[in-house]
Amino acid sequence: MLELVLVSTLNGVLYGMLLFLMASGLTLIFSMMGVLNFAHASFYMLGAFFGYQISRFTGFWIALVVAPVVVGGLGALVERYGLRHVHRHGHVPELLFTFGLAYVIEEVVQMVWGKLPVDYRVPAALDFPAFTIFATNYPAYKLFMLGVSVVIFLCLLLALTRTRVGLIIQAALTHPNMVAMLGHDVPKVFMLVFGIGTGLAAVAGVIAGPALVTQANMAGLLGPILFVVVVVGGLGSLTGAFVASLLIGLVQTFAISLDVSVASVAESLGITAAPTEGVLRDLWTVTIAQVGPIIPYLLLVLVLIARPTGLLGNREA
Amino acid sequence: MRQTFARRTVVGLVALAALAGAVPALAAPMNLKVAFIDPLSGGGASTGESGLKTFQFMADTLNAKNSDLKIEVTGYDNKLNPQESLVQLQKAIDAGARVIVQGNGSSVAAAIIDFVGKYNDRNPGKEVIYLNYAAVDPALTNAKCNYWHFRFDANSDIKMAALTNFIKDRPEVKKIYLINQDYSHGQAVRSAARAMLKQKRPDIQIVGDEVAPLQKVNDFSPYIAKIKASGADSVITGNWAQDMSLLLKAAGDAGLQANFYTYYGGGTGGPTAIKQANLPDKVFQIAEGYANVPSKEGHDIEVAFRAKAGQELTYPRVINLMNILAKATLQAKSTDPKAIAKAMESIHNDTMYGKDSFMRPDDHQLFQTIYISRFGPVDTGKVLDSENTGWGWTGAGEVSAQDSVIPTTCRMDRPS
Repeated sequence: MLELVLVSTLNGVLYGMLLFLMASGLTLIFSMMGVLNFAHASFYMLGAFFGYQISRFTGFWIALVVAPVVVGGLGALVERYGLRHVHRHGHVPELLFTFGLAYVIEEVVQMVWGKLPVDYRVPAALDFPAFTIFATNYPAYKLFMLGVSVVIFLCLLLALTRTRVGLIIQAALTHPNMVAMLGHDVPKVFMLVFGIGTGLAAVAGVIAGPALVTQANMAGLLGPILFVVVVVGGLGSLTGAFVASLLIGLVQTFAISLDVSVASVAESLGITAAPTEGVLRDLWTVTIAQVGPIIPYLLLVLVLIARPTGLLGNREA
Repeated sequence: MRQTFARRTVVGLVALAALAGAVPALAAPMNLKVAFIDPLSGGGASTGESGLKTFQFMADTLNAKNSDLKIEVTGYDNKLNPQESLVQLQKAIDAGARVIVQGNGSSVAAAIIDFVGKYNDRNPGKEVIYLNYAAVDPALTNAKCNYWHFRFDANSDIKMAALTNFIKDRPEVKKIYLINQDYSHGQAVRSAARAMLKQKRPDIQIVGDEVAPLQKVNDFSPYIAKIKASGADSVITGNWAQDMSLLLKAAGDAGLQANFYTYYGGGTGGPTAIKQANLPDKVFQIAEGYANVPSKEGHDIEVAFRAKAGQELTYPRVINLMNILAKATLQAKSTDPKAIAKAMESIHNDTMYGKDSFMRPDDHQLFQTIYISRFGPVDTGKVLDSENTGWGWTGAGEVSAQDSVIPTTCRMDRPS
């Protein structure tokens, strides 16, 4: 029992931090800037592919720096020449624009790298088990991911709450005209934040690429869960996103280790009556482990109904 | 008046065109249009594309070999969606295709079987046949069997029968964990595994029976933790694509020392994942072939295909399918699907490895030698590796076509 709890907690924390790593850029763009960026996961995918390509020539560490800069630059260009024009018409055109952009990026990636997964490996320097608990190895690479997540979280938190830039960014969202009156170039602030956000997505891509599967449909597989993290955490709250990532990681991991269903609970209580057919029987016998991966989405729905601001947010979704 | 004139002109022109078309057809080779309906975009694109390449490779090979037969393969993108498949199917039929091939997704296959059955009832003389190269739901040749459907892949029960025969003789297997995807295929694998293991090796303990949502899991570590806690020495899984790669990667990361008996470990991306996870000689695949089957003929085809398509042969059964299609057409001396179906119904043909394979007339299921292979480091100077990993598939066991036969419940309506 202790083994399962300990191992599950570790797995949950590691997965949660991976989620935060991937959602950090979206937090900045969606939750700080209020831009519904559907193409966020596509920038993450671009990061993974650029990371793969660059690392083949220069090694992983240089790729980890160069790929995010390139992708961030691309993101800034997208904001300057695309998003800026549709932004003033409100959320719906913005959403449609980024929705289309996601498809364009996916097609381009397919054209350049093909549809097959690429052989993107963990760098040799981190390819060893860091420690072993109850005969289960924990690879150094996963700890590296955890470390990067925490560093990104702390940097963002400090930048947003303790610096002038952070102050201007937060003010630009709620009072753009006032900020402009004070002599700040609001559009440039937005471009900068969008660039940094997409750059962070690319950092996540470069790092998560070797751990997951780097292929042309990875954006589609990941996209939805990131929005869950941001909305559950609460719009406008970085800490919220951090807590939500951990929460989702832990809940999902523990759910998988629980082979409990309504039927098994009823049985242990001595209730013998059970539905024998149809949907009811399915609901009766389905285990928590089976629905584990769906729980985050259930959480999303519940949060939107019961607490639209999310866990720690200050705006309604 | 003008309208009738126009109509007459059209009728006349059509008649002329038909005549013009009919005359050279007597001299020219028989033209057989094959419509390939599978995902060519989106998530399943890599699988679909590799199938299409195999069909086109075989069409070229057969056309070069037979001067009196010309096979033309056209790809139609069904986006892995049953509705879209039917739209594409109608399009293919309108374009003159009379042979339909499809493989990905048993739900798609069921929709096509249904459509083809109805279409042939309503359009006598214009029948189409459906050759299924990969959809393995047992129901398609049992409860839902149809005269116009022929299956060239061993269905999942046949594979499980072969796999359990292999496991039967391995006393070191004591605790098995089942992990599958939560849909028809995964459910079929797990129930067949339970039933057959109970029958053949009642002493084996099934220590876990898990289903996970299809292609939704990003991190398999919690599942691996469970497998580890259960003390399983072997895992049986029907997972494919990302669900296969991520499962193996998580196993490698956690240092799980179990054997994996898989249906699709050799699928695209699988070998790369096994190498990355560093699981030498721990992953087995059960299939109708692998790159290093000891057979000169098979080796030559594999090498020729790799040279031409730039990837390895993931569908040895497609070689057999196309050979059988050509054989049946030449035997029937006609491209009429009705005649082809009749010739194909009880055909025997040697697979690319020179082993007998045969179609069972009762349910139109093909039986062929099933191989169990294992993936590990190989001497690339002597044998073929996979996905440039330096590792390759080598033989671990085989079950002959005759021994892989299992009964069917099919009651087929035959056209009179």
